[in-house]
Amino acid sequence: MTKTVTDVVCPFCGTLCDDLEVVVSDDGKQLTEVYNACVIGTEKFLHSQAKDRVTRPRLRQEDGSWKEITYDEAAEYTAQMLANAKKPLMYGWSSTNCEAQSMGHEIAEMVGACVDNTAAVCHGTTLIAVQDIGIPSCTLGEIKNRADRILFWGCNPAHAHPRHMSRYSIYPRGFFTGKGQKSRKMIVVDPRVTDTAKLADVHLQVEQGRDYELLNAFRVALNNEWLPEVVAGIPAEKIREAADLCKSGRFGIIFFGMGVTQTLSKNHNIDEAIALTKHLNEFTKFSIMPMRGHYNVTGSGEVLAWQFGFPYSVDLTRGFARYNPGDTSTIDLLARGEADAFFTIASDPGAHFPISCVKQIAKLPSVCIDPHQTPTSGISKLHVPVAFAGVEVGGNAYRMDNVPIDMRKVVDPPAGMLTDEEFLTKVRDRVKQLKRAG
Amino acid sequence: MAEYIIKNGHVFDPLQGIKGDKADVAIKDGKIVKDNEVSSKAKTIDAKGKTVMAGAVEIHAHIAGPKVNVGRIYRPEDKLFTYTPKKGNIRMAGGFSIPTTFKTGYEYAKMGYTTAMEAAMPPLFSRHVHEEIRDTPIIDEGAFPVFGNNWFVMEYLKNNEIENTAAYCAWLLRATKGYAIKLVNPGGTEAWAWGLNCLSVNDPVPYFDITPAEIIKGLIEANEYLGLPHSIHIHPNNLGNPGNFTTTLDTLKLAEGYKTKNKFGRDQVMHLTHTQFHSYGGENWGNFESKSKEIMDYVNKSKNITIDTGNVTLDETTTMTADGPFEHHLTELNHLKWANVDVELETAAGVVPYIYSPDIKVCAIQWAIGLELALMAKDASRCFITTDHPNAGPFTRYPRVIKWLMSAKAREAQIKAFKNSDKVIAATHIAGMDREISLYELAQMTRAGPAKSLGLSGMCGGLKPGMDADVVVYDFSPDKPVANPDQIEAAFSRAAHVFKSGVEVVTNGEVVNNGNKRTIWVNAKVKENPQVMRDIQEKFLKYYSVSQANYESLGHHIIPNPYAIEVDAMQ
Repeated sequence: MTKTVTDVVCPFCGTLCDDLEVVVSDDGKQLTEVYNACVIGTEKFLHSQAKDRVTRPRLRQEDGSWKEITYDEAAEYTAQMLANAKKPLMYGWSSTNCEAQSMGHEIAEMVGACVDNTAAVCHGTTLIAVQDIGIPSCTLGEIKNRADRILFWGCNPAHAHPRHMSRYSIYPRGFFTGKGQKSRKMIVVDPRVTDTAKLADVHLQVEQGRDYELLNAFRVALNNEWLPEVVAGIPAEKIREAADLCKSGRFGIIFFGMGVTQTLSKNHNIDEAIALTKHLNEFTKFSIMPMRGHYNVTGSGEVLAWQFGFPYSVDLTRGFARYNPGDTSTIDLLARGEADAFFTIASDPGAHFPISCVKQIAKLPSVCIDPHQTPTSGISKLHVPVAFAGVEVGGNAYRMDNVPIDMRKVVDPPAGMLTDEEFLTKVRDRVKQLKRAG
Repeated sequence: MAEYIIKNGHVFDPLQGIKGDKADVAIKDGKIVKDNEVSSKAKTIDAKGKTVMAGAVEIHAHIAGPKVNVGRIYRPEDKLFTYTPKKGNIRMAGGFSIPTTFKTGYEYAKMGYTTAMEAAMPPLFSRHVHEEIRDTPIIDEGAFPVFGNNWFVMEYLKNNEIENTAAYCAWLLRATKGYAIKLVNPGGTEAWAWGLNCLSVNDPVPYFDITPAEIIKGLIEANEYLGLPHSIHIHPNNLGNPGNFTTTLDTLKLAEGYKTKNKFGRDQVMHLTHTQFHSYGGENWGNFESKSKEIMDYVNKSKNITIDTGNVTLDETTTMTADGPFEHHLTELNHLKWANVDVELETAAGVVPYIYSPDIKVCAIQWAIGLELALMAKDASRCFITTDHPNAGPFTRYPRVIKWLMSAKAREAQIKAFKNSDKVIAATHIAGMDREISLYELAQMTRAGPAKSLGLSGMCGGLKPGMDADVVVYDFSPDKPVANPDQIEAAFSRAAHVFKSGVEVVTNGEVVNNGNKRTIWVNAKVKENPQVMRDIQEKFLKYYSVSQANYESLGHHIIPNPYAIEVDAMQ
């Protein structure tokens, strides 16, 4: 016999779908099928069942081989590393629950670490823009119920957030959008003809790296002022049409992704996109929302903010919290060789950081807490596999629109495995002892 | 648990009518007891020449939840020069108008506050609110979910279905672990979803075809049908606009004829919050003036109403409210950064920084209005001191507000310091007022009054044996004349001793213990109502973006120490 767990929350992307159904064996030890999830989400659940999964901490030996150690030994190593370092970096946090983040922050406070999440290479620029100009936004249900103008700018939800369009933005029939897709106009701004762009009513194939100009041209068009014949590769006429389309809607939204946050101009792009949104509110109702990637990167920013006052790149080394991206951000600290220990949890900098920074990590005492074997675990001195958050343990997570959803445990982790929070609690308790002794 | 006896202090306890008499207060097992009930091991606190009161009760502040955190995220500048490092078990803490959760708990405790209410919880975000409450040490907290723009409420009240409205309210309070029925710009915030607003109590809400007046009256009826501890708690329409006092009076008049029905000792049926923002005359910012007298004349004669002030503290702060259209209006006015969140089926919120400059006439008039309201109150137990933290100023400025209320000299000095003091005097009543709030009245305005209004007077806000041992000793002697009003501010900024549920949490103005905070919520039991349950199910299936099963705030990791107040509305 099997049983089906309903209303399961998907711990993959920032869409944080919460309508999954997962079939598990009667003893709750095996997960057999996943319904309603996209292909990536399904894989995440099924991957927890992998037969070759690492289930015990492993310490890298002199000869490069791994030696299995106990969680207590791993906690000792981690605590010693953090307590002895002058400027440890504690990076990641985006694919675990808020409880683990909270526990990690307690450790960071005790050892005086720099705490950073994956926004550092993702929507950190968005946060900087928000600190400049604010952000008019809404929850995803508002889009579903009201929005008739949808812009995807520099993002490709068809691949990166596969259920976004069907659950919230394009297809659903909401309260004031009873005709679903037919009640909406979709504009995509992307230099590539992506699968998302193929679905659009209007595709503005912006010249690469010229988003700022185009955003600015939209604002000029809103005011019916003069425009050059072509801006950012788009004819003025087309820009005016698109701007009028936005203006004529009842409720519009701009979703944006890495295409604008991590290309030329970075936070300035977002600044202008938010200014455009604010401007559109003089004519109709408009919102803007970053397409957050990791399912709980938003949560990491929230927890950091209420505990320390800043959403990422928080430096606690001086005994109080500082925030100065470029100075206190992980990539920069690694690039300048300032860090003397590297702690990764629930993310994979080894796969995403510049190679010079990855090399720097490889030189340092390092711990990687991750249920998977990743490029980061590969270059770390200690790999601590843990239970899959959102599959083998619940806990709170924040969707891309900041809505908190409590995840569900659907199966037991392999016998004897700890969760992120449990392991961090051991580390915290040990650090406390070390600090008291010191 | 440790026993204490606080000896020879001047006790101010309106609940028992004690007006500064020398008396002892004894603490045992977290409760206040008669002084002969503690053993000889009880630790003696010498309060000779000092003021002793119950822990203060905050009735309205924005201290936890999504919009507070938006403020923290988007204002790194608010942290400058504010941080205190970690010390022992006391966490590092920083921020000024939007302090971190740790700082929030510590600062309240240092001033002698032991209970606080988060004033606006968007129901969909209740978990976020509770996570922040969990991380706010020491103080007991509750949160008011917002109902004034809720689709269920508007649909039921359009057909005047009070029983269904009440059943829904009870369900939502339980799902969100909320404390009371809060209304913010009723109808206007729903209109804001289309970029519109409701500026009077009679403006119809787009599509829903109901007026703010109908929503307010309906929720009063639902609230009294349930017999909740607190009354409806309302931020009325038309906040912040010149001439809005008529809207405020229209709102207050909606409570006429209603009587309360509850088992918690509460007398009012409506609590009007941050009244300062709603007591404006004039047609524009040029002839903007105080209408505090008109408002207080009405409040003074209406026994079924309580208010809080919303005092402007003349600081740079961060405004935040579920009044979405107002924040948009404000950003158009001051051109500072604007954050907005519209919340599906329920509410919205906006955040904009604001600088209340003593050099700006309007700000100075706002300052005067807030103080006038308290100084004109005939019954100090129905008018409470707030700053609508952080909207009119941070809660950490309470001692300064107390100074202004207790000292005409301090007010005079401030009026003189205004750049436009002549214009300010002409537009307000403040210059001619010589009333000085007494310590007894202060205890009414910050302890007994708000506790009674919240329906908590059996638990906190007083020093009667049997109540929670929330006790504060201020280094302030009622016997000696105050030479310098700043002494008042200093004494109320840092209490000499603060006890929370019998645990000494503050000694000599420093936090010494993280306490054992509780989350207070109201569990109202109603008759089974299949229609409402079906409606809820339908709305989740069709219109919410989360499933019903994932909506409720549950579990130790979210609310580690809940304290439910049971309400029986089964009959």
